[in-house]
Formats: sequence, structure tokens, C-alpha cells
Amino acid sequence: MFNKYYIDLASLDIKEALSGKGAWHYLAWQEVRQRYRRSLLGPLWITISTAIMIMGIGPIYGYLLNQSIVGYIQYLAISIVIWTFISNSINEGCLALISAEPFIRQIKLPYTSYILKSLTKNLIFLAHNMLIVVVVLIFIPPSNCKTIPLALIGLLIIVGNLFWIILLLSIICARFRDIPQVIGSIVQILFFITPIMWGAEMLGEKFAIAKLNPLYHFVQIFRAPLLGYYPDSMSWIITLGLMICGLLVSFIVFVITRSKISYLL
Amino acid sequence: MTLISLKNVSVQFPIYGGNSRSFKNSLINIATGGHLAKSATEKIIVRALNDITFDLAEGDRVGLVGHNGSGKSTLLRVLAGIYEPTSGVVKVKGRVTSMLSLVLGMDMEATGFENIFMRGYLMGVPRFEMQKKIDEIVDFSGIGNYLHLPMRTYSSGMAMRLAFSISTSIDADIILMDEWLSVGDSEFVKKAEIRLDSLVKNARILVIASHNLDIINNRCNKIINLQHGSYR
Repeated sequence: MFNKYYIDLASLDIKEALSGKGAWHYLAWQEVRQRYRRSLLGPLWITISTAIMIMGIGPIYGYLLNQSIVGYIQYLAISIVIWTFISNSINEGCLALISAEPFIRQIKLPYTSYILKSLTKNLIFLAHNMLIVVVVLIFIPPSNCKTIPLALIGLLIIVGNLFWIILLLSIICARFRDIPQVIGSIVQILFFITPIMWGAEMLGEKFAIAKLNPLYHFVQIFRAPLLGYYPDSMSWIITLGLMICGLLVSFIVFVITRSKISYLL
Repeated sequence: MTLISLKNVSVQFPIYGGNSRSFKNSLINIATGGHLAKSATEKIIVRALNDITFDLAEGDRVGLVGHNGSGKSTLLRVLAGIYEPTSGVVKVKGRVTSMLSLVLGMDMEATGFENIFMRGYLMGVPRFEMQKKIDEIVDFSGIGNYLHLPMRTYSSGMAMRLAFSISTSIDADIILMDEWLSVGDSEFVKKAEIRLDSLVKNARILVIASHNLDIINNRCNKIINLQHGSYR
């Protein structure tokens, strides 16, 4: 199942999807709108509930963790926003193919388009939540504004990584239907062991432990530039390296399994 | 000219029951050497199509007949590219328009207007081209000002008329159909039949699965009779 014929078909699938076939951009928007039809504030509810969460947690945990409240809220707002994006993308990404079942069984569209749809939808939600980051940074400016554009590169790398993660997980989840639940609980645990609510430097001399967690680096390449400092070169290397290896592994899995996906649903 | 060619095509479905589908059972299976959860490896396989070979050329109007479960829909999905055969070769030259589901992708909360573009996107027609067809679609479907209301406010007949009007407004090359489409009240049915006939006339190939022998006899020049996934 791994020869030129299947490699070509898998590449074609990805290429067609990237060129817009499957209308994933439109479907993603439709799903966002669908969720908030007939509601007054629409998708802004995403922003509001995230903002409430930050305002609620911020002062208490800032005090609990012995941080300056202002600095902590700035840190927490950026962390929560990017983490919400990462965790929702992974959790929903598991279902990217399963939830596309009616489409897959009725019409031939590139499978990759369903992955891109899921990712795009969460990017739209992220764009809404970025409003919080903008407001926070206006009131609590970062120590250094020059680093801010780097966050965009960080986000690109995060998206690249999420693409392979979703592609891989959605295929596995289409075959084994209890994996989404497993992933769900893993992601929940990761929220607590990754420096999101707390800072890695709060670990003191055990600082290195946090760095063993690849997710720390993902959060960091987005968060650090917005806080006004440069991420460690280690973070760039790890996230880029994971992206390249991950894309390769996912592509191989996709080549092998692609023709069987419609049979799994 | 041969546009569609199937050579020894077979399709087998693995049926994953509630048991074999779980990761836990597969794990137990590995861990215990297959004693505890045998169902993980004992896959049930349904052979939906068995060694089908045929060529279709320009102008062919093919009727697929057979009992329920004889493999008609599976064959249509193979032609649409949805199922890649487990063995054999399928070659299709040309653009396939699948009329297997007219309402796929339609959102009941969205307006008729938005749904026209949605269906257009799914059938590979960009927005600006769909824009040109809008007046004609609205006119034919006869839903008038309802176009600006969410589809959930439509009666089921109206929704079907809109779906039919959109799908048949796009030129087709190779048409796949599961049962001859018939929608709306008696007046609309006549109108729809004329429109569908002209769409089919301009298409190069039609493959239709149907239980209605009149339709098959009137419109098809070839008949494929299936039984349990094989030729009868």
C-alpha cells in the first residue's frame, strides 16, 4: 500500500484541497455562523466567555501564585487564548473525518479538505479571541514591541503542527472510535502540566522539567513575542523539527490509509 | 470513445462492529495474544461488488437494476470515486456530477440564497458563476421572496424544489443518479421532468439506478442487472 500510485493519489488529495476544492473555507464559516445563528452577539460569545474566564481566574491565581496581578493577567490572557486554540483544534480535529461522514459518503472531495475545514474553523475562533489579547496589550503593553511580529511566525508553525496532528488523529479516530475520548482526557491533563496558568520560571531550579514538554515550546513561540521577549532558539528548533517529522509521518499514514477512509465511516 | 472503464472491480466492506472498533479490544488482543477479544480480528466482510467489468462510451444511458442490496448504490459510489475498489481498476475520464444527494451541504438555518452558493461550491462552481445562475434558479424553483429567508421556514416541497433547481442548473458531463429525480407538486413534476431530460440529453453519460422499469426502458440503451454484487 505504499507505492508511487498511492503516493501520487495522496499528494493529489492534498494539492486539490489546498487549491480550494471542497469549499472548506466556506464550510468553516458556515459552521461558525451556524453555532451562533439567532443569537444577538453571535461568535463574540466565544470572546466573552474567554474574557470572563481570564478575569475570573486572573486575580485569584495571580495572588495565589504570588505574582503581580497586572503582569499575571497579561501572561494568562495570551496563554489561555493560544491554549484554547490548540486544545480545541486537537479535540475537534479528532472528529474531522467522523463528522464529515455524510459528505464523504455522498460526494468525492479531497479528504484533506475536511482537515483544513476543522483547522480553519478554529482559526476563526482564535481570530475572535485575539480581540482579548489586543485589548490586554493596549492596557498592559509588552516590555518590547519589536518582538510582536514574531508571534505570527510562531502561529504559523503551530498551525503547521496542528495540521499533521489533526490529519493523523482524524484517521486513527475514524478507525478506533474511543480514541477521541482518550485524546480529550490527555489534552485536559496537558492543560495543567503545561505552563499556561503558571509560568515555567515559577518552578525555580526545576525549570528544565517544563521544557521537556513540547507543548511548552508551542505556547512559548506565540506567547513570548507578545510579552516582549524572544523565544529560546531551543523552542524554534523543537517546534520546527516536530513539524517536519510530524508532516512526514502523517503523510505516510495518509498514503497508506487514504483509500480506506470512506470504508471506515 | 470510452469514458468509463471498469475492470474486474470488486468492493469489500469490512464491517467494524461495536467490539472490533474499540482500541481497547485491539490492545487486549495484542496483549493477550488474541484469546480474550477474538472479535478484534474476526472482521466480517461484506462483498458488495464482485468482479464487475464494463466499458461505457459517449452517449451511453445505463440503467442499473437489481433488488435492494444488490450493489447498485455501491456501484454508483465507485463511479463517483467515493469508494476505491478493493481490487480491480476504475478509469473515469470526464467530470462526474453526482446527483446522489441533492440536499447535501444545505444548512436549514441559512437562507436559500446562501445555500445556492454552498451547493455551487460543493459541485465545483465558483461564486461568480453561480451568481449568473441565480435568477434562473429562483425563477424555476418558484420560491420567490422566500430566497431571503432561512431554509427552515420552507415547506419540505419548497426545499426540495430549490435543491433540485440548483443541482440541475449546472451543466453535467457524466451524471450519476439514484432513482429518477421527481420533486414537488404535479405541476412542478412535469416542469422538472423536462428540465432533467434536457440536462441528461446534453450529458455524455448517464448512469441511473432505479426500480422503475418504465424509466429504465424509456431512457436507457444499456442495462446492468446486478444480483448480490455480481452480474445476473
